[in-house]
Amino acid sequence: MLHIKCPHCGMRSQNEFSYGGDATVKRPELGKEISDQDWDNFVYNRKSLRGKHWELWQHLSGCRQWIKVQRDTATHEIFKTLKANEEIS
Amino acid sequence: MTQSFRLESGGLINRDKKISFKFNGKNYFGYEGDTLASALIANGVHLIGRSFKYHRPRGFFGAGVDEPYAIVQLYRNGETEPNIKATEQELFEGLEAKSVNCWPSVNFDVGAINNFLKIFLPAGFYYKTFMWPKSFWYKIYEPFIRRAAGLGTASIKHDKERYEHKYEYCDLLITGSGPSGLASAYSAAKNGAKVILAEDKSRFGGTLLTSEVNIGNQSGKEWADSIISELKEMPNVTVKNRSQVFGYYDHNMLVMSERISDHLPKTKKFHPKQRLWYIRAKEVLISSGSIERPIVFGNNDTPGVMLSSAAKEYLKVYGVLVGKKPLVFTNNDSGYETAIEFKKNGIDPIILDTRKEPQSEIIEEAKNMNINIKNSYVVVAAQGYKKVKSADVAKISDNKEELGSIENIECDCICVSGFWTPTIHLASQSGNKTKFNEDIDAFVPGISKQNEKTLGAANGIYTLEETLKDSFEKGNLLSKKITNNENKISFPNVVEKKSTVHDKFWCVPLPKGKNYKRFLDFQNDVAVSDIEIALKEGYRSIEHVKRYTTLGMATDQGKTSNLNGLQLVSKIENKVVPAVGHTTFRPPYSPVSIGAIVGREVGKHSKPTRKSPMHSWHEKNNAVFVDAGVWLRPRYYKRGEENLFEASKREARNVRTNVGVCDVTTLGKIDIKGPDAAELLNRVYTNAWLKLPVGKARYGVMLREDGIVMDDGTTTRISENHYHMTTTTAQAANVLSHLEYYLQLVWPELNVNVVSTTEQWAGAAIAGPKSREVLKKLFPKSDVSNEGLPFMGYMEADLFGVKAKIFRISFSGELAYEVNVESDNGYFMWEKIIEAGEEFGIQPYGTEALSTLRIEMGHVAGSELDGRTIPHDNSLEGLLSKKKDFIGKRSLSRKAFVAEDRQKIVGVVPLDKKTSIPEGSHLVKDSNAPLPNPKLGYISASCWSVEHDNPFSLAILKDGKNMIGKKLFVMSPLKNKVIPVEIVSSHYVDPKGERVRS
Ligand SMILES: [Zn+2]
Repeated sequence: MLHIKCPHCGMRSQNEFSYGGDATVKRPELGKEISDQDWDNFVYNRKSLRGKHWELWQHLSGCRQWIKVQRDTATHEIFKTLKANEEIS
Repeated sequence: MTQSFRLESGGLINRDKKISFKFNGKNYFGYEGDTLASALIANGVHLIGRSFKYHRPRGFFGAGVDEPYAIVQLYRNGETEPNIKATEQELFEGLEAKSVNCWPSVNFDVGAINNFLKIFLPAGFYYKTFMWPKSFWYKIYEPFIRRAAGLGTASIKHDKERYEHKYEYCDLLITGSGPSGLASAYSAAKNGAKVILAEDKSRFGGTLLTSEVNIGNQSGKEWADSIISELKEMPNVTVKNRSQVFGYYDHNMLVMSERISDHLPKTKKFHPKQRLWYIRAKEVLISSGSIERPIVFGNNDTPGVMLSSAAKEYLKVYGVLVGKKPLVFTNNDSGYETAIEFKKNGIDPIILDTRKEPQSEIIEEAKNMNINIKNSYVVVAAQGYKKVKSADVAKISDNKEELGSIENIECDCICVSGFWTPTIHLASQSGNKTKFNEDIDAFVPGISKQNEKTLGAANGIYTLEETLKDSFEKGNLLSKKITNNENKISFPNVVEKKSTVHDKFWCVPLPKGKNYKRFLDFQNDVAVSDIEIALKEGYRSIEHVKRYTTLGMATDQGKTSNLNGLQLVSKIENKVVPAVGHTTFRPPYSPVSIGAIVGREVGKHSKPTRKSPMHSWHEKNNAVFVDAGVWLRPRYYKRGEENLFEASKREARNVRTNVGVCDVTTLGKIDIKGPDAAELLNRVYTNAWLKLPVGKARYGVMLREDGIVMDDGTTTRISENHYHMTTTTAQAANVLSHLEYYLQLVWPELNVNVVSTTEQWAGAAIAGPKSREVLKKLFPKSDVSNEGLPFMGYMEADLFGVKAKIFRISFSGELAYEVNVESDNGYFMWEKIIEAGEEFGIQPYGTEALSTLRIEMGHVAGSELDGRTIPHDNSLEGLLSKKKDFIGKRSLSRKAFVAEDRQKIVGVVPLDKKTSIPEGSHLVKDSNAPLPNPKLGYISASCWSVEHDNPFSLAILKDGKNMIGKKLFVMSPLKNKVIPVEIVSSHYVDPKGERVRS
């Protein structure tokens, strides 16, 4: 079980969180023209990366905030966590 | 019965307390502090089972967790449990155990015929032998294998024992209470660190209980006892025996199983049988010691052949002789220690040492005691079938390849020592890259990945002094870092006998003309020849060799077999052992009972039960409940002898003709507040929301980004910046997360707050042509006329002193209202509704009638919004705004979603107007078409239409809009039904929707 540091609550066990996918995907702006290909990339196409990866988790059974977590998908090492409004650097 | 193999005195057992037990139906007795194994050996019982594949007789090989053979079926307090190691099971009064793997009995075993047919059971026999002819499999091979093999029988009864889970945090977790565990725990505890010390066995001390050493002028055991009693007194230390840390998971999470009651005749009242600990440790010290490894020779699986360390443990801990004519076969000094113990107890052992001229303090002592030592000697083969009777021995050449002439020595046990293998399982599970240590011929932990350090024998350190020094220091250093406190301990004076290097010899060559089985894996019957065959057949990776031959795959996980297997592969392949590598160590280290893993989460405790504030009223009025997610909802209210079908029809009909009331508390409710609330709704829902006036409700559909319908419901504008959203019961949690996702991550500029208020409001739907009459009586001061409270209107009103919210919305398709009050007033509201409705014939209705009403009305619900349908499929395309963008809109123009013959919701009526249609059935054009019959659609929901008094279903059908009036077939192979049906509109009742507005 992972140990995730919620930027709002501190270290908590994985079972308080739910996983929310790739944190680097940006939703296209509302009302903007977009090609089929670009839309498909947004909705469906994800890289299955081995190594460092920024992902979203929601602290569901805690503060309910969505947070950004940098995790190594192979080793599960967590390097950094950010609040929703903090930019990935 | 006399215990002919028990010494007059000695051991750590309590001789004042006799314990009687039964093995294979026969009565024996042992003493308090015995294991089943030690008690059986004391009684001269060495035949305990049959081997897995060849059904060869099996005895005892070890004295603890490494035991590959002595697996029994245990009977305790009316329950039975398989896969119990006799070497671990502590004796209790009335214990009963039976052999496994023998049919019909341990002494006469039909399966042993496999032993004589062993030529047919080579490596990979599972994959080869039973493959042909195919028709033999079910009738002959499988029943035979199932009957003959297996390691016991699982109980099919509900386990009435209680198992607990516990979560714990600590500074240092120390796994094992041998010298390294005790020393590190002691120095860490003295520095004030929060320490958990876990010991697998019932006694603390590990090897200190059996070795002849002196620490600070105390014997090893005395020293261990004094350290343990001091640790137990310290408030920052938890000391646990019978507790095995079996898994090392991510982020320093370790799991330990504590056996609380397994050693007792029955579990004490209110006590658990076992407790599973989830321990998050800042630092982990692995002090799991090492396991002696065997030397491979002919018939080395014969009962009476065992590890020399086990023989010593039986002697020193249990006062039991494993034999009276022992042969010790060793390649290192450990065998001498065992021989010396025999000699001290008046038994004359013979030592066969593979080394030519070894010299050390221990060997000197053995010589001084006049023990018969034969150097450069090996055991070629054990002789005897159910017990060792003698050993064929021979001198071996210096290059260890040539055997001299065979001599036969009479003996009743062969104690083997092939040196020591560090127990690196936990270190390896943590991600530590292990490395091969040439000096000890075994793998040891390498570079740590998590916060773990390995101490003492588990790290390949085999002298006591070095172990203690290192462990005191590590415990001190790691704890100091955490507590910023140092309390130095003076290092005790250590006396131990010096030993000399071991001989890397591990496998005795076969004598000419002999074809003895030489076993590597004792539990799975994998012999040297099996590995040779696997390699000849082209298996190279050690992981593949393992799976093909089943080497190391049994419940003992190869604790005694892995390294010798690697030695063999490396020898044949002409590689060094580290180049072959070891197979992956996976948790659990040793079997864990399923009950412990499940814990308290069984039956009704597996999830919480949510009840509405009106639950007790429903109970009093004969409600039959149904699980709706975690909620309990009334399915129907039983009257007299009614069944579900009759009751739900009555309730639904009463809604259509009079008035009904339904508990809708379970609906998800989300409070939405803020100046941008309307904008949020406008982006989340597919229809327009910016112009909804205060005091009005609107129906909305929300999509996922992929265009699939996520949920539907009504949202009401309570005031300028305040909305009340409802969701389906099932999707309530997901919708809240969905809104939070967009507000926090995608559109943080929107000034909106959302919060779940599902539990804060109790809800009642009052539906039916007479519902307004009921409302008038409930709210005499409010104008609830069609003008005062029109369809989709909202008002706040006073319900006899209680604040109420009235929404004029309808799921049943009738004139209907939903009344919400604060949860605490829910029961009051409900009683008032029933009271006021009495004169209009009000009846409560459950989820079954609710479904009937919505199905015949063509209102979609979870069975249509199942994560596979888009708005069009549900005839909700009218709710798609063309003027604005919303979540998922772009996906709706994808090719498949705009196909001309896209699936759409329809109604389905059986031609005979009688046969009910099973949900989930398929719709086909031709019921006689060859399989696979092309599927046109599926039945999503079925009911008995109370309006038309015949069966009616909803279906999602390909090209549904052009299928109205067509005749198709419903097929349900599960229920073996073929029903001719007609496709009709999904709006089977009041297609114009006049009733809701009336
Ligand atoms: Zn949090």
